Amino acid sequence: MTPSEQNDSRRTSGWMGIQRGHQARPGEWLAEKFIFLVSLSAILMVLLIFLFVAREALPVFLGQTDTALVKKPIPPDDLDKLSPAKLEAYLEITPEQFAKMTKANLHDLMEMKVEEQDDVPEKFRNDPDAHINTTEWKYLVQPHQWKGYDKPEYIWQPVGEIKKFNIIPLVVGTLKVTLIGLLFAVPLAVGAAIYVSQLARPRFREFLKPAIELLSGIPSVVVGFFALLVMATVLQSLFHYQTRLNAFVAGLALGFAVIPVIFSIAEDALTSVPRTYTQAALALGASRWQTAWQIVLPAALPGVFAAAVLGFGRAIGETMIVLMVCSASVMSWSVFDSARSITTTIAAEMAEAVSGGPHYRILFMLGALLFAATFISNMIGDLVIHRFKNKLEGKK
Amino acid sequence: MNTLTPPEYLPEPPSSSPTTRHFRAEKFDFWSFFFSGLTGLATLFIIGILVTILLNIIVNGWSAISWHFVSTIPKKDFFDANTTGVLPMIVGTSFRVIVMTIFVIPVGVITAIYLTEYAANTSNVTRIIRAAVNNLAGVPSIVFGLFGLGFFINFVGKHMDALLHNPTAVWGQPALIWASLTLAVMTLPVVIVATEESLKAIPPGLREASLALGATKLETILKIVLPQALPGIMTGGILAVSRAAGEVAPILFTGVAYYMASLPQHLSDQFMDLGYHVFVLSTQSPNIEQTRPILYATVLVLLILTFALNIVAILIRARVRKKLRALG
Amino acid sequence: MAETLIPKPATSAASGAAAKTATPLIDIDKVSLYYGASKALKSISLKLEEKVVTAFIGPSGCGKSTLLRCLNRMNDLIDNVRIEGSMRIGGHNIYDPNVDVIELRKRVGMVFQKSNPFPKSIYENVAYGLRLHGVKSKADLDARIEESLTASALWDEVKDRLHSSALGLSGGQQQRLCIARAIAIKPEILLMDEPASALDPIATSRVEDLILDLKKEFTIVIVTHNMQQAARISDQTAFFYIGELVEYGATQKIFTNPAQKRTEDYVSGRFG
Repeated sequence: MTPSEQNDSRRTSGWMGIQRGHQARPGEWLAEKFIFLVSLSAILMVLLIFLFVAREALPVFLGQTDTALVKKPIPPDDLDKLSPAKLEAYLEITPEQFAKMTKANLHDLMEMKVEEQDDVPEKFRNDPDAHINTTEWKYLVQPHQWKGYDKPEYIWQPVGEIKKFNIIPLVVGTLKVTLIGLLFAVPLAVGAAIYVSQLARPRFREFLKPAIELLSGIPSVVVGFFALLVMATVLQSLFHYQTRLNAFVAGLALGFAVIPVIFSIAEDALTSVPRTYTQAALALGASRWQTAWQIVLPAALPGVFAAAVLGFGRAIGETMIVLMVCSASVMSWSVFDSARSITTTIAAEMAEAVSGGPHYRILFMLGALLFAATFISNMIGDLVIHRFKNKLEGKK
Repeated sequence: MNTLTPPEYLPEPPSSSPTTRHFRAEKFDFWSFFFSGLTGLATLFIIGILVTILLNIIVNGWSAISWHFVSTIPKKDFFDANTTGVLPMIVGTSFRVIVMTIFVIPVGVITAIYLTEYAANTSNVTRIIRAAVNNLAGVPSIVFGLFGLGFFINFVGKHMDALLHNPTAVWGQPALIWASLTLAVMTLPVVIVATEESLKAIPPGLREASLALGATKLETILKIVLPQALPGIMTGGILAVSRAAGEVAPILFTGVAYYMASLPQHLSDQFMDLGYHVFVLSTQSPNIEQTRPILYATVLVLLILTFALNIVAILIRARVRKKLRALG
Repeated sequence: MAETLIPKPATSAASGAAAKTATPLIDIDKVSLYYGASKALKSISLKLEEKVVTAFIGPSGCGKSTLLRCLNRMNDLIDNVRIEGSMRIGGHNIYDPNVDVIELRKRVGMVFQKSNPFPKSIYENVAYGLRLHGVKSKADLDARIEESLTASALWDEVKDRLHSSALGLSGGQQQRLCIARAIAIKPEILLMDEPASALDPIATSRVEDLILDLKKEFTIVIVTHNMQQAARISDQTAFFYIGELVEYGATQKIFTNPAQKRTEDYVSGRFG
């Protein structure tokens, strides 16, 4: 055999020799390329979500937003001394708008800025709060002693004369509601998963599993409605607390929404523990419960953990339930106080935020934060499950 | 089918004889009983919640629902129990879901075809696509809303207006099409996963048979694989529809309207929506006691829409699984 | 389509290594096959003649099915498979990059171990391949379907229910339907991968009769783990052991007077 011939026949096989497929069967070749391109759309969408949520939030990260009511205007004659980027930020215009403007236009705009400052009411001139750019990171995450308060506080108050954008109350609110939800949902869902996968008779199991999964078919707005109209009243008469709509009610309702998520994944993990384990334990005289608790659950623990993590990801992203049940933003760790989550804030305030303004930008920033948080928790959850499955299959 | 039933000449599997039962008999163990009971109670509790929610809504909603209610376009004050109706909301929700389906089904099915039929499981591209699909499934619905606003309306829509020289914003504002597209992105993983599952369940022997007859890959997919996968694809579509029909957060900024006097006519119109209407009725009503009946009725309509679809999907899936198991 | 794989005498004269009078239709020359890093076939050379039944025998995992699947490039469907050496059918190297696999598979048909009728009607099962290859008119289809169902000895059993589902047939009938489906498109070579392994003895004997019948028209390569079957139906037998071709020759010789000790051990049932 000649070397060239050997070369011809030595080829990794792929689908029918794509290399020349476009000549032999152009239709087939085009279809394959088309299918491939379409399948990339999921990747494209994730990138676009990240890109466009981040794009709207970018000015906050770059420090280009400014909410100070009183600021020292730049003399219009200094126009040439400023870089275009600085000018855009100062005049609050987009690069496209900037590109269309002549020097005279820019000069006019700068004069308007000076006049604007002349119109600032007298009472603000002596108010230190009015000199502050509240969108600086310092004010977003650290407590600040505003005028009229006797100690530094975390305040989210996006409307009013001095807009306060401290995001800590929202983060606390989110965590509070989410943790209540998980504390409620994880034991129930994992307990049910153990029962359905290990203890229930097969006939029961065939009915229980879809029934629990049906819970995920209830739209969250319906769960929110139920919590608002029925649960809130029932729970208040049971526990006698002050505020009827509070983080406790919201957390429980949130729990309903994540139970099916946690249940499905935990049940799947428990079922995927090889039956040889359980049979060995049962043969040694362990009861079904001892087998489930001492053999199956430890083996499936990573899967159960992943279920809780993925449930967490789902819970912090849930919007309508918390929006309907409680929404006052008070900075409090108390379970029976109201709480406002990040999702709720975005949903409730986006409509009144001026497009492109600081409030709008900060809401997008919160969205980006949320995206990052769920991204990380999903990554961890998927990774744990992946490792767990591989371990069960004996792969490294 | 005949491969499933064991040949008759095989002996019956041994049933537990008295001696073995003696060894297997468990001593009554209180803690085992207690904890087993606890997990059973947890299961019962979850089912109980489900049943309570459904019964509460059905009982209260049934008495308030009427033909007049579902076929009336309400006046501006839709809190009035006597004159209100939910026709525009039913129409709006249906429209946005139908438009969504038109976009999401082809993209989802083609992606699933690529993943199961073409891609090598070990390739990096496949791994990234799978990671992206997983990730997409975990993005909070409100972030999809932000994305719809930032991308579809503020980017695509505004640029379309600029290109078409529209004097006022036509596409650069909340609209039916943008809400539908946002939902399509959100439900893409649902369709992909369901389709993939049904494609994987098709015996590889069928593909081999077709290829060995000299069919091309595309012919095999179109004539053998897809017809077999159709019920699975339908399940995926229905699940996506039922998920999307109940979602409110993604459409808040992308197309839903508090009130519209007429039904949506055009893709660039805004629309009223059942889920959003439930939200409005329960949080903004001037007198919650008076709104309660219409609120329950609206919830029932929404639930019938989403739940009926869900149950249909579950039934189709069960039937397909049974059939495929019979196929071997 | 019209040209056949059967080589002209001139091309085959050069490779007259085999001590046979017939011209080799299939010429396998030093073929090695790798799944990733592991070598599944070790430098196999083999020449098969036209209109002859050749049986590949050997213990499981010996590479007989793998080699069979090389002949119509079904191994292309598996990732990470690499093939060295040359495999010629009718003088064409079928692993040449210019070979159209689709055309190849039209001419080298295959029947699988597990019967795999499409979940369509009996009629549609056979019509599928015909339609793919351009048979359109109803009359032509009907004629070709009757012809191939008759050839596979199934016509009398199914002629009254051509339009009912193929999945309603018994296992043996399903396998004969798969054979009918494969021969309907008139391939020149028919590959059979343990076609009777899942069938009961009566169905097996019907399939064996069918193979003997089909020999008149087709070149048949059959993989089997059933020694009696190989002895009953094949003219030539090749014995494989762990990826190697141990012995190849006339069936009678392999079974009565094998040259190799390993072959003798295997055919006499001492291992495998």
